Amino acid sequence: MKFKTEDGGWNPYIAGALTGVLAIVSVYLTTVILGKTNYLGASTTFVRAAAYIEQIFASEYVAQNIYFSATKIRVDWQFMVIAGIFIGSLLSSLTDKSFNIEKIPPIWRERFGSSLKIRAAGAFFGGIIAMIGARLADGCPSGHGLSGMMQLSVSSFVALGLFFAAGAIVAGIVFKRRSL
Amino acid sequence: MTAEQLLGLFTGIIFGFLLQKGRVIRFEKQIGALLLKDMTIFKFMLSAILVGMIGIFVLSDAGLIKFSHKPMNVGAIVIGGVLFGSGWAIMGFCPGTSVAALGEGRIHAVFAIIGMLTGAAVFAELYPFFKSTVMSWKDYGKIGLPEAFGISHWFIIPIVFCAVLALFYLFEKKKI
Repeated sequence: MKFKTEDGGWNPYIAGALTGVLAIVSVYLTTVILGKTNYLGASTTFVRAAAYIEQIFASEYVAQNIYFSATKIRVDWQFMVIAGIFIGSLLSSLTDKSFNIEKIPPIWRERFGSSLKIRAAGAFFGGIIAMIGARLADGCPSGHGLSGMMQLSVSSFVALGLFFAAGAIVAGIVFKRRSL
Repeated sequence: MTAEQLLGLFTGIIFGFLLQKGRVIRFEKQIGALLLKDMTIFKFMLSAILVGMIGIFVLSDAGLIKFSHKPMNVGAIVIGGVLFGSGWAIMGFCPGTSVAALGEGRIHAVFAIIGMLTGAAVFAELYPFFKSTVMSWKDYGKIGLPEAFGISHWFIIPIVFCAVLALFYLFEKKKI
């Protein structure tokens, strides 16, 4: 088993196992330092960030919204994890020269061409549907896929299975059509 | 910055670093997995689960941490799961990896992030509706597999290990 992959990255089994170690350390440290066990997740931060943006225009409205009040809008541990993910990925890609300004991903271009508008629309509407789903299911591939699976949560086995099944069906319809 | 925020930032930097090194955040890796052509993201994710699972159950047995199961609310998990999967296949990122993808220069991730922020705002508006419909159908609560089956987690963990190792064997054999 090679440590480096052809594209200069790390073997995904090793990078993944190290992420498992990070999850263990992080679960322990948050319990000791913050007094509450925090698990890695991402989608709740999008709710908090959306509330911060809405507050600029309508702060009273945000205060009255049941879901925003229940979520407790503040820059918490997970919010900073998300900020950190950006920095960590930037540092990693700049130091191993894999940083690459990409406007249209190759698979997308093969199917839909080089229009940035079409890619933007796909990413935007896909993002809306995905986030409504993630908030309904109470988690995404981080919260359910990593953290929930590690705890053997029943909901996470079902959620991850459906993420993948629905994703595979839709990706099959959207990307698999033979190009002329 | 508070201790909570610093701890989060530090954890996130390492997480983002590992996600980028594992090459799991790119559009082609995410879609590649959904098309069953490149299982890199599952190699990464399942490896993290195997390692994390052992540590978390040892810590829990020692009484050092608490579990935080997400509720098995049938309507919410099923409809939410299908919606997430469908959106994921078009967007090509998930919430965590979209931010990482932006970090490695995939600027089209910006549109995904704006879409997800919009989706979060839409969900906040629809929450009362979901609460009184899909979320009220059937809720089994915050349960784990050991409680659901009434057997020790140290019996389930080896089964999960064997299943995942069999998948890894399949991935390597098919070179996906």
